[in-house]
Amino acid sequence: MMIIIQLITSFIASAGFGILFNAPRQALIQCGLVGMSGWMLYYWVVFTGMDVVPATIFAAMLVAVLSQICAKFYKKPIIIFNVSGIIPLVPGGMAFNAMRHFVENDYLTAVELSAKVMLLAGGIAIGLMFSEVVNQVVRKFPAKR
Amino acid sequence: MKDHTLIAKVSMLAGKIMLKSGAETYRVEDTMNRIAVAYGLKNVQSYATPTGINFSSDIATDTHFNRISNRSNDLHKIAEVNSVSRQITAGELELKDALKKLRDIENAKLNFPGWMQIIAAALVSGSFAMMFGGTWPDFIPSFIAGGLGYAAMLGFERLVEIRFMAEFFGSFIIGVTAFIFIYNGVGNELDRIIIGAVMPLVPGLHITNAVRDLMSGHLVAGISKGVEATLTAFAIGAGVAVIFAFV
Repeated sequence: MMIIIQLITSFIASAGFGILFNAPRQALIQCGLVGMSGWMLYYWVVFTGMDVVPATIFAAMLVAVLSQICAKFYKKPIIIFNVSGIIPLVPGGMAFNAMRHFVENDYLTAVELSAKVMLLAGGIAIGLMFSEVVNQVVRKFPAKR
Repeated sequence: MKDHTLIAKVSMLAGKIMLKSGAETYRVEDTMNRIAVAYGLKNVQSYATPTGINFSSDIATDTHFNRISNRSNDLHKIAEVNSVSRQITAGELELKDALKKLRDIENAKLNFPGWMQIIAAALVSGSFAMMFGGTWPDFIPSFIAGGLGYAAMLGFERLVEIRFMAEFFGSFIIGVTAFIFIYNGVGNELDRIIIGAVMPLVPGLHITNAVRDLMSGHLVAGISKGVEATLTAFAIGAGVAVIFAFV
């Protein structure tokens, strides 16, 4: 039951972000699906006990690969699928918590949380870049033969 | 060749629309170069930052410059310009037609209507409250707070020119609404409601773009976009934090 709720909400969240960023109407469903897959991988991996940072990296990789495929298939810039797909992974909640602890004069916890946010943002970036690197390598490999 | 100016015009216009719609800088430069090369220019130089674009048709010729003052998120326009640029590189579009097409895209209002954006923001908020471990009683408060907050941000943005302030007011209203709900016994956790409702304002697009630009070597663009994102995050945090100062 929990899984189904997560599936539906992550789909709505990603597709909704597609609307906020004014993605083309035909691409909204794909945006939602990309976001949903990324979030489900993240959710499952964290559920089995992995730390959130590597989980974010893997989920971001999946999002990037799926967006790459969508971009190729629908002949649209990758950014459309990328951006709304990555949104569920953005550590907004944690950044907010860090801010909250700053306001409550609990600087130790606040700094700890901020460091984690930085790591997570870096993880997203690494995941996104990884698929790009793979893509470039794949594209160059057959040319050498 | 007298065509130089026209080619420059077309590729500057394409770059301008993309940059205004929030495309990555590397994509803007790439598109401008492709268009210019497709029309037969060699040694094209283009340089884009979030606040302006430079374009030069050869190393020692005149440089054209365009200032970009306001930026928004409009993936649809990026996709449209992208398809025009594809047509140009395929050789299917004459120079004059390309200019006309790009002008149409620039003036087109492809936005989703305001009410639809607000409903989307509300749905996003409710969903995020659930995704971050909230319970069903948190869904409705987050739904309403998120919608109100986004509507407030859109409204303030028309009123005040500074985006920073609009985001501050938006998240302030989210905080107030969430607090009122909790105070009256609707919803379980204040934190989850606020986190969910704040998500539509979070600068996710800017963060991804900033990192993407930094890693592909557009250091100036990456840093300035990163600063923009940090400023937005700070505005949102400050707006909500006002509530916590009183609770």
